[in-house]
Amino acid sequence: MIQNQLTEPTSRIMLKFGLIGSIVAVYVSAIGMVEVFSERALIGDSFSLGYVILAAGPLGAGIFTARVLRDRLSRRKAAGASIGAGAASSSLLLVLLAVIVLGVIRPEQAGAEVTLRVMFVNLTPGLAELLTFGLGNALGALILILFCTLIGAAGGGAVLIRDPLRSGLVVGVMLTLLIGVFSETVTQVLQQISGRVIINIVFVQKSLRPIPAILVFALGFSLAYFRVPRRTRTRFRQLPDNRQQRTKRGLFIAGLVLLLMLPWLTGLFLSQALFLIGLYILMGLGLNIVVGYAGLLDLGYVAFFAFGAYAMGILTTTTELGITNLTFWTALPICVAAGVLWGLLLGFPVLRLRGDYLAIVTLGFGEIVRILATSDWLAPIEGGPQGILKIPNPVIFGFTLNTPQTMYYLVLLGAVAAGFVTLRLRDARLGRQWMSMREDEDVSEAMGINLVSTKLLAFAIGAGFSALAGAILAARQSTIFPHSFNLIISINILAGIIVGGLGSIPGVIVGMLILVGLPELLREFTEYRFLMYGILLIVVMLVKPEGFLPEATRKRELHSDEPGMTPADAAPMEPAGAGGQD
Amino acid sequence: MAPLLNAINVTKSFGGLDAVKDFDFKIDEGAIDSIIGPNGAGKTTFFNCVTGFYVPTAGEIHFDGHVIQGMSTDRITRFGISRTYQNIRLFSQMTAIENILVGEQPRLKTLWIEALIRNRRYKEEEEWALNEAQRILEFVGLKGLGDQVAHNLPYGAQRRLELARALAADPKLLLLDEPTAGMNPNESADMMNFIRRLRDEVGITILLIEHDMKVVMGISEQISVMDFGLKIAEGTPAEIQGNTEVIEAYLGKGAAAGLKLAKGGSSK
Amino acid sequence: MLRRYFERFSWVDFILRLFQIFIIIAMLVGLINTISAGRYTSAQWATLVFAGLAQGSIYALIALGYTLVYGILRLINFAHGEIYMFGALTTVFLANAQARSGFLDEHPWLSILSWFLLAGTVSTVVAVLLERIAYRPLRGAPRLVPLITAIGASFALQYTARGLYGAEFRRYPEVAALSGSVSILGFDVPVVQVVVIVAAVILMIGLNGFVERTKIGTSMRAVSEDKEVARLMGINVDKVIVTTFAIGGLLAGAAGVFNGLFRPAGVFFFMGFFPGLKAFTAAVLGGIGSVPGAAIGGLLLGIIESVFPNLILEGLGIPSANQLRDAFAFTMLVLILIFRPQGIFGEKLAEKKA
Repeated sequence: MIQNQLTEPTSRIMLKFGLIGSIVAVYVSAIGMVEVFSERALIGDSFSLGYVILAAGPLGAGIFTARVLRDRLSRRKAAGASIGAGAASSSLLLVLLAVIVLGVIRPEQAGAEVTLRVMFVNLTPGLAELLTFGLGNALGALILILFCTLIGAAGGGAVLIRDPLRSGLVVGVMLTLLIGVFSETVTQVLQQISGRVIINIVFVQKSLRPIPAILVFALGFSLAYFRVPRRTRTRFRQLPDNRQQRTKRGLFIAGLVLLLMLPWLTGLFLSQALFLIGLYILMGLGLNIVVGYAGLLDLGYVAFFAFGAYAMGILTTTTELGITNLTFWTALPICVAAGVLWGLLLGFPVLRLRGDYLAIVTLGFGEIVRILATSDWLAPIEGGPQGILKIPNPVIFGFTLNTPQTMYYLVLLGAVAAGFVTLRLRDARLGRQWMSMREDEDVSEAMGINLVSTKLLAFAIGAGFSALAGAILAARQSTIFPHSFNLIISINILAGIIVGGLGSIPGVIVGMLILVGLPELLREFTEYRFLMYGILLIVVMLVKPEGFLPEATRKRELHSDEPGMTPADAAPMEPAGAGGQD
Repeated sequence: MAPLLNAINVTKSFGGLDAVKDFDFKIDEGAIDSIIGPNGAGKTTFFNCVTGFYVPTAGEIHFDGHVIQGMSTDRITRFGISRTYQNIRLFSQMTAIENILVGEQPRLKTLWIEALIRNRRYKEEEEWALNEAQRILEFVGLKGLGDQVAHNLPYGAQRRLELARALAADPKLLLLDEPTAGMNPNESADMMNFIRRLRDEVGITILLIEHDMKVVMGISEQISVMDFGLKIAEGTPAEIQGNTEVIEAYLGKGAAAGLKLAKGGSSK
Repeated sequence: MLRRYFERFSWVDFILRLFQIFIIIAMLVGLINTISAGRYTSAQWATLVFAGLAQGSIYALIALGYTLVYGILRLINFAHGEIYMFGALTTVFLANAQARSGFLDEHPWLSILSWFLLAGTVSTVVAVLLERIAYRPLRGAPRLVPLITAIGASFALQYTARGLYGAEFRRYPEVAALSGSVSILGFDVPVVQVVVIVAAVILMIGLNGFVERTKIGTSMRAVSEDKEVARLMGINVDKVIVTTFAIGGLLAGAAGVFNGLFRPAGVFFFMGFFPGLKAFTAAVLGGIGSVPGAAIGGLLLGIIESVFPNLILEGLGIPSANQLRDAFAFTMLVLILIFRPQGIFGEKLAEKKA
């Protein structure tokens, strides 16, 4: 989008971004987000998320206009342009409003049974009401234009106002919005810590009370305005080295303690989310070895997850499907071994394939496993569509681990083990083999690397971790159904490790927090979860394809056309001191 | 004594095109030989057949008592053949030392499980591997550049790194595909000396593909000439220089006669 | 001598060969069992075959979109199933409105034409937008990145459709003019199926002619062979790529209408996912990158999917073989990619070069 700006006239840029903002706003309205989100108040009982979403279009228009014009024009003119872009972004909204009035409201009032709403289900009178701010068509339309213009101005301001005022305002607003949106999460945490007292002061149901909102804004504002993070960092760097080390170590230990205490800090609901995130991190680490290190694009990873879960089910269930009476702990290594075995079996035929073909074949495998698991044919062994019930929870030293909090630790242990294995192997010969294989398979083979065993190892190790996760899930849920082992899970994990940063362990963690954690925390937005998920994937790939926390190598690979440094001239062929020719 | 490498009647066809046809080739242990010929003659294709990148359509290749044609590349490398490439094919995102470490692959014996538990055997081997890689790095004159990412190195250094990587496997036979491409005369002279040292000090048998005639004539003991997939001549540098067919292959028909005239009727 | 043999032995090849033999034997056993048991009459087989052909035509049209885009960009357009879905889902409203008002009964062919126009336009627009917004900026990126983008686009499109049109199933109206059956080779075949098959084949032949004989088609083939050289030859590569996406979209839109005509199972926002996967299977079966390959692959897959579960799986004693229909398609995909990745018409990928 930011190209050719040297020759484009200002008005054209303004209109272009205004139009795009307009399209976004119409889109968001037409798919129903505005109306659904308007139920959710963020601050008090009037400032709703619906309007925030509606504002996204005009805001973007203002921001991008200001961005592009910032270097070309004076601040005032650029601000003017962003205001203009904001106004322009109301254009299609007005059209939409007219369409609703003419195509939905009028016909309905006239008693017609068929309105445009039959096709576009979210063009409702309610939406029209929202768009006109409840003020009737004419006045409402004017206010709408004003709204868009103001938001456009805000967008321009977010770019053009001078620091530190700018960062203060932006951070303040964002912090307030974040707390408003994540109010449920915040409430849960506060509840664990201090009961309902603080909650009732700060929130009313799910939205922030006005005064606490202002306080939060002030907090965010001051943190940014007074440059607190940067000053702290500078002050820290000025400390003597050993002080720094000790502080770092202290922080690390505090982080560990926090990690261990997390389930107790967050309550039941969030612990369930934590459990899920942990499970995905475990699987993500496994897939990271397959995709990130060995470069094998596996889209059927869920198959091993299923194998582990079903193995645990079949081995331990108390229904007649169970073939033995093992406990969780004795069955666990068998489940992992089963996963590894299946990893070898499924990996074997696909060794020779490259790139996309490998992806599709593994996808096929995953789907075949799912369909077979759901079929009647294999039902006698594994329960068919009904799945396996009554899988016992793990018991350790007499304690039954049957709450999300307790199972969290199991998952944590698994994830740590996966991380350990990942690190150890990455820095070892095997890791180098994987890396070279990923870069140039043919030449790696010419180095004496046995591609078959190297690839199989990656596949099998990854499968083992996935099976471990499956076994843990089975024991936690006590029932497993084949429908839950579907392609979406494979895609989730893959997207998670890519968005987080392929090949890096912190990247996997961040990726899962975003792609698994956010949807869990924002459960009320269930309707639009997948839409936002899809858009997030696209945006991240367009803007930051190496992910949020990439591994150093990966960043090199993806930006390899940028100039590098030139080292000092290399020494001649003769060893130092030998001198002379022949 | 049996030759170290013995290619018998090797043919490699792609569809209707014979890139290599009925090619016989021998090289004795401890020799430095070359294969030359105009572009497209089939030289690199032959290398690919020897190293296992291609499966010959016909013929056999024997190396050190093994029959290797059609084998997988990694097996062949483990028998003791290493190579460098016409277009540099380093692992460009890995550091120089890592490239060499990968090259040491055939010599490293510990298992991945040992890497997991970091037992003593593993740690010793890793240390040895690192030291050895440093040694090789210095041997090719790249001391101190070990932590540079390969694609940041200047061209000449990259070529040497590729050599280092090939040497890391401790090969018996080293195939060099145009090792002096893009080098100036000084660098080429350095390379010539280096190749000689490889044979004299380390005992590696060396087979070159080269276009730089000074290098070829300077260090080769036997030269084979290819054109259109066939061997058109074979002999010592002196014999090749005077060979009419060789001259014509490079310079076109009638060129040999022209040369003779230009040299006043005598061919060296 | 023996030692030399073992030196050259490859476990991978050996086991794969065993596996291949096992599969072939299993298929033969199933086949023989079913035929000798004579559980189905030839009329029933014919029903399955023609239904398979009709479904296969739909797969083929979608597969063509996949194969064209893959040929040019080496990209699996994961979201192509959604392009198909959008056209089909948007047009169902038009169809139902026409049915309600009686227009459909009075002018059936005009109606159907309007469906093609609408579905084709919508699908084309979606395809072109997709290319412009999501794929073009990522032209040079490593394979993984556009793949994830495509997956994201797939989700985004699905749930956009859901947001716009709601989550319910909707059915295309029955077209009276296409009801009833004709007699082909002595078997009763529904008119709808015949129309679908014939129309689809005409489209495919038209496309093939387009790609082989027109200037744009030749440009497309040039770009798919070597983008850089094509650019040097003066071909506007961007335009060619957009055209490719547009054609793929057009065909997918047509497929959507055919789907509506032939199998009035409901259309809804998720309907593109599995047909998309299967169409990709078909493209691979025929040889990805090859136009006749995608067409033949699609038809073949339709028949295989329709007939083989009963033909082979039942013979092997597997109960409720119909449930495994989808699994069969995927199994075919897997087997082809393992044993013959170039499909039927594809070029064998060049051996490793050095």
